[in-house]
Amino acid sequence: MRVVVDYDLCESNAICMQIAPDVFEVRDDDFLYVLDENPSEDRRAAVEESVQRCPKQAIAIED
Amino acid sequence: MPTRRDAVTIVGASLAGLWAAETLRREGFEGRISLVGDEPHAPYDRPPLSKKYLAGAVGRDRVDLLGPDKVAELDLDLRLGCRATGLDVAGHVLEVDGVAEPFDGLVIATGARCRTLPGTDGVAGVHVLRTVDDADAIAAALPAEGRDGARRVVVVGAGFIGAEVASTAVDAGAEVTMVEALDEPFGRVLGAEMGAVLADLHRSHGVDLRTGVGVDEVLVDGTGDERRVTGLCLADGTELAADLVVVGIGVVPNVEWLEGSGLTVDGGVVCDETCLAAPDVVAAGDVARWTNPRYGESVRVEHWDNAVQQGAHAARRLLATDEEAEPFAPVPWFWSDQYDRKLQLAGRAHPDDEVRVVTGSTDEFRFVAFYGRDGRFGGVLGMNRPRHLMQAKALLDDGASWDDALALAADWE
Repeated sequence: MRVVVDYDLCESNAICMQIAPDVFEVRDDDFLYVLDENPSEDRRAAVEESVQRCPKQAIAIED
Repeated sequence: MPTRRDAVTIVGASLAGLWAAETLRREGFEGRISLVGDEPHAPYDRPPLSKKYLAGAVGRDRVDLLGPDKVAELDLDLRLGCRATGLDVAGHVLEVDGVAEPFDGLVIATGARCRTLPGTDGVAGVHVLRTVDDADAIAAALPAEGRDGARRVVVVGAGFIGAEVASTAVDAGAEVTMVEALDEPFGRVLGAEMGAVLADLHRSHGVDLRTGVGVDEVLVDGTGDERRVTGLCLADGTELAADLVVVGIGVVPNVEWLEGSGLTVDGGVVCDETCLAAPDVVAAGDVARWTNPRYGESVRVEHWDNAVQQGAHAARRLLATDEEAEPFAPVPWFWSDQYDRKLQLAGRAHPDDEVRVVTGSTDEFRFVAFYGRDGRFGGVLGMNRPRHLMQAKALLDDGASWDDALALAADWE
């Protein structure tokens, strides 16, 4: 599983960071950083929830 | 998987309704899903309508939520331009445009509509902002490249819609006056102290903010269908000239069609803690009133995130047995983008709460403030601090104390 963020869409609402803090981090510069671009399969549910609940639909999973 | 129902109808084709439809499929529901909406448009996202879409920075493709591919993928019977006109809960019969149709399960997500100023129906230049058509009309009136547009814009109501429209209008080059009946913008939501910070933000961008004064009269030129707004007369006698007036004074839930349905309607569709309004009938989004067990109070929440989560929860509730049903107990959360600032509030802020700025500075419009009392941590407000906001929200989700919250904030310095 590969996590891809469209930074043109991302508005740093940080929902993803609350759902999967091991994968997504919004830092003090207010920008989102992907900590783990290839999370293990056991994190799929959390990453999928992040994809679904992103207000800007800025996150995608490429298998 | 559920076998009790073959056909679910979702009334209301906006965010909550769409999330209900998606969740039904995600949970394995294989029956027919009918999504009924009274607008001619397929579901779209409302937050950009007062911000980037209104400013012309993004187009419809970034607002639309449901393309033909997704309709096929979800196998939806999408019925746009259709209005629910009646309901008989006991008989499991819905009425759409006057025609009765049976349902096995029903999701009510008819949302809310804007309050308007009396006497402004049909007056050109006076707008509310709820739908994409509203946004298109306001956008066409604002100044833009190669077009003059409205020079003098008056925003009535300094709530979140009003404040975002004011911000967009300022950026478009208009002179903006914002009129708020309360003493502080957002005072009811954020309390006086943080309301004053928001007031400063708008004034620092050149908005002429008039607080503690209501609107007495809308001034118009012309008669009949030719009436056009020229300004407003305020309760203190001040006259404000205006080319464009945007009214953001709250919404009323769309419940009139439920009269005689058998449902309890009291400032929204009254549900139990699980979002169930009656057997086989759930409600979600702006129209739903339920008791959030986290707070023990009956609430109706108009935020984007609530529509998402409650739409999903209501769908799961519909598929569950009474024994399986879970209460809907979210920590409310919303964001508002104004100028280059992102405001986020999680939890609840009571007017008489202690308010403590725990990091950053209100003068710089970059800070986090905690709300609470009696050792309880109730809410967190952040301006351009999404990282800290979400860390604090996680504590709210866990029911952490005021001291726990302060301990978290101590790490931020």
